[in-house]
Amino acid sequence: MEKIPANLRYSKEHEWALAEGDIVKIGITDHAQSQLGDVVFIELPEAGKEIHREKVFGVVESVKAVSDLFAPVSGEVIAVNMEILEKPEGLNGSPYGAWLIQVRPKDPEELAKLMDAAQYEHYLKELSK
Amino acid sequence: MKKTPLYDLHVALGGQMVEFAGYSMPVRYSSEKIEHMAVRSAAGLFDVSHMGEIFLTGPKACDAADLVMTNDVGKADQGQAVYGVMLNDKAGIVDDIVAYKFASDKILLCVNASNREKDFAWIKKIVREVYSENEVLVEDLSDEYAQIALQGPKAASILSEIVSHDLAAIGKFRFFEGDLKVGESNLKAIVARTGYTGEDGFEIFLAPRDATVVWNELLKRGSSLGLISCGLSARDTLRLEAGMCLYGNDIDDATSPLEAGLSWVVKWDKKVPFYGRAGLALQKERGISRKLVGITLSDRNIARAGYEISDDDGNVVGKVTSGTISPFLGIPIAMAYVKKPFAEVGSKVYVDIRRNKIEAVVTKLPFYKRAQGL
Repeated sequence: MEKIPANLRYSKEHEWALAEGDIVKIGITDHAQSQLGDVVFIELPEAGKEIHREKVFGVVESVKAVSDLFAPVSGEVIAVNMEILEKPEGLNGSPYGAWLIQVRPKDPEELAKLMDAAQYEHYLKELSK
Repeated sequence: MKKTPLYDLHVALGGQMVEFAGYSMPVRYSSEKIEHMAVRSAAGLFDVSHMGEIFLTGPKACDAADLVMTNDVGKADQGQAVYGVMLNDKAGIVDDIVAYKFASDKILLCVNASNREKDFAWIKKIVREVYSENEVLVEDLSDEYAQIALQGPKAASILSEIVSHDLAAIGKFRFFEGDLKVGESNLKAIVARTGYTGEDGFEIFLAPRDATVVWNELLKRGSSLGLISCGLSARDTLRLEAGMCLYGNDIDDATSPLEAGLSWVVKWDKKVPFYGRAGLALQKERGISRKLVGITLSDRNIARAGYEISDDDGNVVGKVTSGTISPFLGIPIAMAYVKKPFAEVGSKVYVDIRRNKIEAVVTKLPFYKRAQGL
């Protein structure tokens, strides 16, 4: 299992969020990609769409199953990672390197409601019990 | 959760363990695509120890097997394995099973792990209605066997290095009892040329205590030929490409072999008629209203189990039972029950994928057939 980066925040649905200036990058965690297995297709909202915290904003298809993506924060999508849409297997190779979308958060305070790396690590341990 | 005798080895090999049929099983070791393609091009090793082994022994064992399942065990040779289904009174499938005929007084029924208890109770019930314990004994010996599947075009050459028999003499769906030579030990095993991948290959029944050394020996001997450990996810995509049914998805207590495209395993006129024959005959006479078919979709539109199928006018005409993106073909494939008018190869239907109607075409099964040989 890859080390959980200290500079990211984490949701219970295994998405990560990274604040960079006034935007937030969103991706999925190493745990998520390893549960999914080989990712073959990702469906993401277009730029300009609103996403809502804890609501579905996209879909990841792996060979084995289909999984919803849940928004860790609310906001407006301002960029979509076209590269990862073209090469979705990149999520397996580098889950923390490959962001999916960038959003302008509606409420920057929401980020603080997510888990930090230590809390997420603990959360994963609890899940594996 | 139950563990197979290979559990510690799976963990040591980096297998990602998941719950399946009450067992902790490896779903993949690295990538299911790589594992899948290894089986198509070289070979793969699978732990199938969770499968159940129910023995029928005694003078009426073979007759009892013919009572239990639809295919003809009586006509089979000693050392032959026969695929078939067990039926309930309403033509539904209790389980799909393989009967291994050692002799007319000894038959091994290999059953799905998820159905083991149900099957054992069912077999005892219907056998006891006809035969006494002196005539046939029904025993669940699942815990006395581990099972390893070695599958792929290189399987025979890998196994031949450690096995006592000439594998060239063992045809498809034939088996033998022999020895596996590992180091100084000769380990007893039942070796069958059967599988669930659409490739040549073997399923090896052996004592639980021998499973780990045999697995390691096969990996050691086969790795230079491309043999790798494979998990349940690859097993599922391999069997789906090969058009094989998965119990619980594509067949169950409410689907019949006529609907599931398994008429070829139903032998209507065997010496001992199978249980459920009257119910199935009634269905045959009335005609079936739906059929299990293969469908293919375009692009990256993956149909998953449970998705609805509709016609041009939006009427629901079926349901997907298994679906994935085929690692070998690179396109989405699925199995589905559709109403009979839509079951013709080439029929156009629509799969409801996240509220979008996506075009799909009914396609001949299997999706993948190996080029030649066994």
